[in-house]
Amino acid sequence: MREVQVSEVTEVIKKLCMDANYYLPEDVYNALQEALKKEKSPVGRSVLEMIIRNADIAREEKVAICQDCGLAVIFMEIGQDVKFVGGDLKEAIFEGVRQGYKDGYLRKSTCHPFTRANVGDNTPPVIHFDIVPGDKIHIVLAPKGGGSENMSRVTMLAPGAGLKGVKDFVVQRCSEAGGNPCPPVIVGVGVGGTFERSAFLAKKALLRPLGKPNPDLELAAAEQEMLERINKLGMGPMGWGGTTYALAVHFEMEPCHIASLPCAVNINCHAARHKEAVI
Amino acid sequence: MAEEKIRLTTPLTDEDVGKLKVGDTVLISGVIYTGRDAAHMRMVAALDKGESLPFDVKGQVIYFVGPAPAKPGWAIGSAGPTTSYRMDAFSPRLIELGLKGMIGKGGRAQEVIDACVKYKCVYFGAVGGAGALLAKSIKKAEVIAYEDLGPEAVRRLEVEDFPVIVVNDVYGNDLEKEGRKKYAVE
Ligand code: SF4
Repeated sequence: MREVQVSEVTEVIKKLCMDANYYLPEDVYNALQEALKKEKSPVGRSVLEMIIRNADIAREEKVAICQDCGLAVIFMEIGQDVKFVGGDLKEAIFEGVRQGYKDGYLRKSTCHPFTRANVGDNTPPVIHFDIVPGDKIHIVLAPKGGGSENMSRVTMLAPGAGLKGVKDFVVQRCSEAGGNPCPPVIVGVGVGGTFERSAFLAKKALLRPLGKPNPDLELAAAEQEMLERINKLGMGPMGWGGTTYALAVHFEMEPCHIASLPCAVNINCHAARHKEAVI
Repeated sequence: MAEEKIRLTTPLTDEDVGKLKVGDTVLISGVIYTGRDAAHMRMVAALDKGESLPFDVKGQVIYFVGPAPAKPGWAIGSAGPTTSYRMDAFSPRLIELGLKGMIGKGGRAQEVIDACVKYKCVYFGAVGGAGALLAKSIKKAEVIAYEDLGPEAVRRLEVEDFPVIVVNDVYGNDLEKEGRKKYAVE
């Protein structure tokens, strides 16, 4: 057993909150540069230029890329030979979020669903724990903005709808989302499991290195086809017309129930922030 | 955005907004006010009760934004637009009272577009997710109402050459629709 102090987790989470919000991942940055070279609309190109300049400012001056610093979505893979000591692990994670959002000058966006009163410290984060072999802890922190999350959907398709039904649903969802989720976007598609599992897969798909195809050739082809169909709609950057609406479609799949075909679309904006650490 | 840039200083008149057409790039200077979901709910609730608004909306521009906290040395934190459709239920009431501009992102409901035509108001788009860059055009920020709402409080901003694009003009045109038509591939 390897002992890990929960205070160390707090420190790591705190730093991840800040770093994720200041530093746009390099793969996303490069994809935006590529998109700028190919975008046909002059308005679309100037939008992309502004987004790139914005990422530069955020990185250099250590300020939030976007004012919506998101709900902190945390994926934590814990090695089965790790033993946490020194306190409550979940509380240690909450404390890391509290400190990171406060000290990092990040916006606190959690609120009461009905009174809309702000919680004030951006807790609770959304935590996905997993147990894996080994004695390490792998943490990915992905701040998720509300604008693009609002455009995401889960549907329970009839099994007969098949892969075509999934593709049509994804393209239709993007068409309806229009400029709302701050395009260019990354589209995460999750198919399989149960209702909530498909949503989890779609979210997980967003963490894949940008544009890296699914190793399954059929799924990779579906990703490519959906990407082309979405971009052909002409919505472009910010939905103001153009050829770049999506930078990539990432599709993850798992077996599902014989009665179901759960399908989730999780849209991420160009501020596709995530940072990882290993303890 | 487009090469040609139009400079406007708030407050705006019917003549100012009448000159703008969909797709125009505009640099806004002067005072603008922030307001997003919770502030709009409160403002319209105040109107329903016959109370006055935290500021007179006549001739003014509302920016749908909930900024990040300001770092030392900054007037405001990251401050890009939030999605506008959530304000669709409230905007017509303010437009009727003489609001001349709104800044946000994403499309608007037909009722808002109609109100923009009827009462002469323009819906501008700002680049979402470019909040650090946009914050550079904001020189001063001050909370003037609903402080308890935190990021959603109403703020008075002083802006200089704040870059926006006309998404809905006073003639009923819509940039999202036009853009899509122009670049769609069969
Ligand atoms: S959708 Fe993304 S980029 Fe747009 S405002 Fe929300 S967090 Fe920021």
